[in-house]
Amino acid sequence: MIAVSLQKAKALPLSGKIGLMLVIFWLAIALFGPMLAPYPVGAFVAYDVFDGYSAAHWLGSDYLGRDVLSRLLSGARYTVGLAAAAAMLASATGTALALTAAVGGPRVDEPLSRFMDMLISIPSKIFSLVLVAAFGSSLPLLLLIAAITYVPGNYRIARALAVNLVQMDYVQVAKARGEGRFHIAIAEVLPNMIHPLLADFGLRFVFIVLLLSGLSFLGLGVQPPDADLGSLVRENISGLGEGALAILAPAVAIATLTVGVNLLIDALPGRGKGR
Amino acid sequence: MTDRPHIEVKDLCVTARNAQGETFPIVSGIDFALKRGEVLALIGESGSGKTTIALTLLGHARPGATIAGGSIRVGDAELTRLDRTALAQLRGNRIAYIAQSAAAAFNPSRTIMDQVVEPALIHDLMPRDKAEAKAVELFRALALPFPDTIGARYPHQLSGGQLQRLMAAMALITDPELIILDEPTTALDVTTQIEVLRAFKAVVLERGATAIYVSHDLAVVAQMADQIVVLNQGRIREAGASAQILHSPADDYTRTLMAAARPAMRPTPARAAVPAAPLLEIRGLTAGYGKIDKAGRPRMPVLRDINLTIERGATLGVIGESGSGKSTIARVIAGLLPPASGQVLLDGEPLPPGLAGRSRDQFRRVQLVFQNADTALNPAHSVQQILERPLAFYHGLKGNAAHLRVMELMDLIRLPATLIDRNIGGLSGGQKQRVNLARALAADPQLILCDEVTSALDTVVGAAILDLMAELRRELGIATMFISHDISTVKAICDDILVLYAGTMVETGPRAAFQTAPFHPYTDLLIGSVPEMRAGWLEESHAGRGPPPIGAAGDHPDLCRFLPRCPARVDGLCNITPPPRHPLAKGNRILCHLGAESLCPS
Repeated sequence: MIAVSLQKAKALPLSGKIGLMLVIFWLAIALFGPMLAPYPVGAFVAYDVFDGYSAAHWLGSDYLGRDVLSRLLSGARYTVGLAAAAAMLASATGTALALTAAVGGPRVDEPLSRFMDMLISIPSKIFSLVLVAAFGSSLPLLLLIAAITYVPGNYRIARALAVNLVQMDYVQVAKARGEGRFHIAIAEVLPNMIHPLLADFGLRFVFIVLLLSGLSFLGLGVQPPDADLGSLVRENISGLGEGALAILAPAVAIATLTVGVNLLIDALPGRGKGR
Repeated sequence: MTDRPHIEVKDLCVTARNAQGETFPIVSGIDFALKRGEVLALIGESGSGKTTIALTLLGHARPGATIAGGSIRVGDAELTRLDRTALAQLRGNRIAYIAQSAAAAFNPSRTIMDQVVEPALIHDLMPRDKAEAKAVELFRALALPFPDTIGARYPHQLSGGQLQRLMAAMALITDPELIILDEPTTALDVTTQIEVLRAFKAVVLERGATAIYVSHDLAVVAQMADQIVVLNQGRIREAGASAQILHSPADDYTRTLMAAARPAMRPTPARAAVPAAPLLEIRGLTAGYGKIDKAGRPRMPVLRDINLTIERGATLGVIGESGSGKSTIARVIAGLLPPASGQVLLDGEPLPPGLAGRSRDQFRRVQLVFQNADTALNPAHSVQQILERPLAFYHGLKGNAAHLRVMELMDLIRLPATLIDRNIGGLSGGQKQRVNLARALAADPQLILCDEVTSALDTVVGAAILDLMAELRRELGIATMFISHDISTVKAICDDILVLYAGTMVETGPRAAFQTAPFHPYTDLLIGSVPEMRAGWLEESHAGRGPPPIGAAGDHPDLCRFLPRCPARVDGLCNITPPPRHPLAKGNRILCHLGAESLCPS
């Protein structure tokens, strides 16, 4: 298993290898970050705010004089974990519903699609505000909000792909062979839409990182003293004028994470590319 | 200067780059020359480089390819030395190009006239009103209907054959020194092809145009060309005057091409003495799309009143032009389209109309093989996965037993066992079609519905598939419904033939009855439109010459559907009364008013 994965990794183009390395790096930070952090997350350890880098504080200090490196190492797992889980949940739900609609015919497709249209018309921020106001902020709730917000978008794309694929001759052949809808959806249609769906997953992942950051800024996301990468940027926004490391470091972190995910996904062997 | 050839290509070499970045030649060592007013044909299979060569005469190489060496001279212009702007001056002006699919080459959002006069306007050759007058003159010369007003229409309002002729008008509007015709009739039905060829030839002769005709069809080329160049894998195999190539080909490859173009009659096995019940029987079938009214007719009827039987192990050929409903018959039998009325009986038992309600065994006994193996095989699956699925689904074969059976099937379709792990993208067109066939065989069917299985293939590859099918039929005794637009193929391999026109059966009978006249007028047109491999056939053929005048047609729904095109129609009879179905002495039944004596002999 590991040998095969290694072999596949070697076959990736350079951009894919860079992406893979970035993704592995961030996964490792998400898993082990809190253990590596030199200071506790909420501790005020520096005398100056927006300090530059130093031996004691590798990435300087933030707007309250806390250690940026420690906050970054502890915050990464909220962004990586929450966004990845929410994006996966959204993509899996959206794609499953889309396949149901595509093989189920108009009687299934119409109500489902109209329901998704309704969902898409609710502004995501307002929707989150209402839910957080009603239930109070918690990680599972944030996960659910992010997932629900991005299901309709994924559904739209997956349904458009699947509806075209269902018309293909090989699906007609499968139907004429007497195959059931489940087999057609899983074995005939799904493998041919996996690559565009992965690209879509990368996009959703980035959107969810941004959504969570926005929620954190409004005070509805991850609650202080914990912070995800987005809220690290937001809380240090006043340091932008001085070019403080406190804002640059989390911004670079978000960029490398999202760019890495997308590089890796784009480099995965898909249809129409040489193997 | 008079004996200097007008167009001269010397030692032409075009190279391309592969995925590893290595350069390799696609065509090399190409030499030919032609005088003003001559037509030269480039003949070859797909991948032979014929279109690549034709494009270099426009000074163009497709993305990824470059003209690496040699010289291309048109008149006084040496194309390899010209820059972009100078080439743009030549293209569409002194050199014109007619593409294979006119339907795709026209812009659907602009009128025909706008597009036809465009080359003349771009190159500032004449004012718009003069160009339009010239276009109308060309429309007339190309025998287009309503030449004065056809320019105001949009491409979707015209047929494929008409668009192809309009492409020719667009090319000719600037009086080019050289016209390049790239498979201009390949996408057309034979009956349309003959009309288009006739129009092309008349215009080429009348204007003394110099032309390069690219085609894979020797018989078509025989009608048009003075010289023929035979290409294979980017090299010239043989070049010479048409008559010499057609009558005494020197090269083996040319001979293979000629043999493949004339399908050999394949012997059909003797039939079982006492057939109990026919394997498949269709009774009074009507099918189509849209809502079904009270009389059992759908809003868009495709098939009307189809009756046919297929005996065990027999082959039934279904022919007709595009849109005649021949593929729909297969879809109805397979259950993909429930019929509006009528019955399909398998082994004497009625099949449920749609997919729902058919038993797995009923599915197994009838297998459908689609025309285009590129789209009929799932690109995400390997050959092994494709062949194993029906084995598991119908026979519950798994693991080693399934693997053994897959190997047997690979052997049966003459593919090396090493291919089983390949994805579909890694196979050639002919190999894909074999896998497509093997998937149907894996089910152990009694009936295979073959929808145009050789149409998308080169003649040589297609002939090999036909041989394979004939062999499988002998060995396995599977009945086949062979759907095709090509009457010579059908005549070569089928026991019985059914001719379909606009969804009605116009003629049915054993194949022996299709060897000699008389035929139904439509069958006659079909047979007469297949080009013969000799010069002068186009002039002698009477096919597609146009019908005699006739009064207004009545409004009976069952009137002869071939009436608007029928050369043998009788005023006062055909346009008033629906035609009867009656037998001819030689064994076939036709749907026509006329008897054997009044049907024109072919």
